[in-house]
Amino acid sequence: MAVEDPHIMSAFDRDLEALQAHLLRLGSLVETALMSSVRALETHDLVAADRVVYGDAAVDELEELIQTEAASLIARRAPTASDLRLVLATMRAATSLERVGDHAKNVAKRTRIIDRSAPVEGHAGSIRRMAGMAVKMLEDAQLALVRKDADLAMAVRNRDVDLDQMYNTLFRSLFTYMMESAANISPSMHLHFVAKNVERAGDHATSIAEQAYYLATGTMPAEPRQKGEAAALPSLG
Amino acid sequence: MDDARQLGQISNTATSKITARGVQVHYGQNHALKDVDVDILDRAVTAFIGPSGCGKSTFLRCLNRMNDTVASARVTGSILLEGEDIYDPRVDPVQLRAKVGMVFQKPNPFPKSIYDNVAYGPKIHGMTRNKAELDVIVEASLRKAALWGEVKDRLDASGTGLSGGQQQRLCIARAIATSPEVLLMDEPCSALDPIATAQVEELIDELRASFSVVIVTHSMQQAARVSQKTAFFHLGYLVEYGDTPQIFTNPKDPRTESYITGRIG
Repeated sequence: MAVEDPHIMSAFDRDLEALQAHLLRLGSLVETALMSSVRALETHDLVAADRVVYGDAAVDELEELIQTEAASLIARRAPTASDLRLVLATMRAATSLERVGDHAKNVAKRTRIIDRSAPVEGHAGSIRRMAGMAVKMLEDAQLALVRKDADLAMAVRNRDVDLDQMYNTLFRSLFTYMMESAANISPSMHLHFVAKNVERAGDHATSIAEQAYYLATGTMPAEPRQKGEAAALPSLG
Repeated sequence: MDDARQLGQISNTATSKITARGVQVHYGQNHALKDVDVDILDRAVTAFIGPSGCGKSTFLRCLNRMNDTVASARVTGSILLEGEDIYDPRVDPVQLRAKVGMVFQKPNPFPKSIYDNVAYGPKIHGMTRNKAELDVIVEASLRKAALWGEVKDRLDASGTGLSGGQQQRLCIARAIATSPEVLLMDEPCSALDPIATAQVEELIDELRASFSVVIVTHSMQQAARVSQKTAFFHLGYLVEYGDTPQIFTNPKDPRTESYITGRIG
């Protein structure tokens, strides 16, 4: 974050900048993990999938470092106003990013157990496109945080509805496969959980965007978030 | 009410004790305070913060007419204590200061016994008819100042022999002995160690059950800890006045933000 107006005590600025640098590094780790996991699924690349699974330890470690350093900053520097909101928003964003890392890990774990079958061939590409969208939301949410940009934060938040719609479409399609043949049920259920993981990554991007809005304005966004889940469960009739 | 107190909140029905409108102070050519409007609530702690020379102590001193003692000072505008203009010519400043007590930066007990320090105000204001009544006031004041337990066996000992923190609490006991309505505190902890500071802060929190407390402090953390309302002064202006949690998490004015985050001196 560009410090517009430096503190009298420059070590305070260095601490805040270090905290944000850690957050951006965490963001880049989990974005890579999420994209790698869905690509590994699409190409059935078990080595790449394992790399995502084992890489999650580094994500957890970095998240813990951020929480520890933020606690230390609160204890030593007693931040107030926008400094306080920055520390709080960074802590919460780190928690969200760590959860995205867990979702990527879950996707990667399923790669090994999903058989290559018709539903997989038909949907892995859609899931990759969903993940691409979630990653873009994560990037922009972090950008909004770093720039203290409330407008960008709201725009990211509103984009989650598109991701939810893609998830719903995918769900309906998988549902059709399962109706056609019982043999499709197992791979379709796995794919559905994968899609759900990616959809949840979008929810975490939304949470980070809300933290960016809080940082910029001092309040949480008021209007309820647009939901794309109304049609989540197709009629069974 | 108890829940609200525990949360450090003030009830919405809190009434204002002091109403200041358009207050200006000049020291000779120096325009020290510019057009200050503020409502100070009853039974709450109000903190005045701001850099040195911002006008916060000047304004505090207007509230019990301490500025009358400065020859070059000129105060205009209106300051009402419970609706009564304290600058009305009929108001006796000495009587006013019994209602609006003050505690200073450095503990300044009289070189007299602990008992006499506290008994002084009630005596000169003729508040008691006999020694027994005076004893009651002295004990009650020392208890309210959280000092009774430490000094009850040596009330005849000199007030100046106490530790710094005890001296400051003695000064608070002396200030509340005249049953004031408002207690003004000008950096009451700046000469105290952290433990004595914590004891005085605890005392301030208890005092707000009975009084309207106004505290000037250079420690923003202290303002955040003890007050329910915070006023930020800068260059003679009252820049922002609001609920303490709001001032410290989401100040509206960029000057407040800069000051409390440590960006301007």
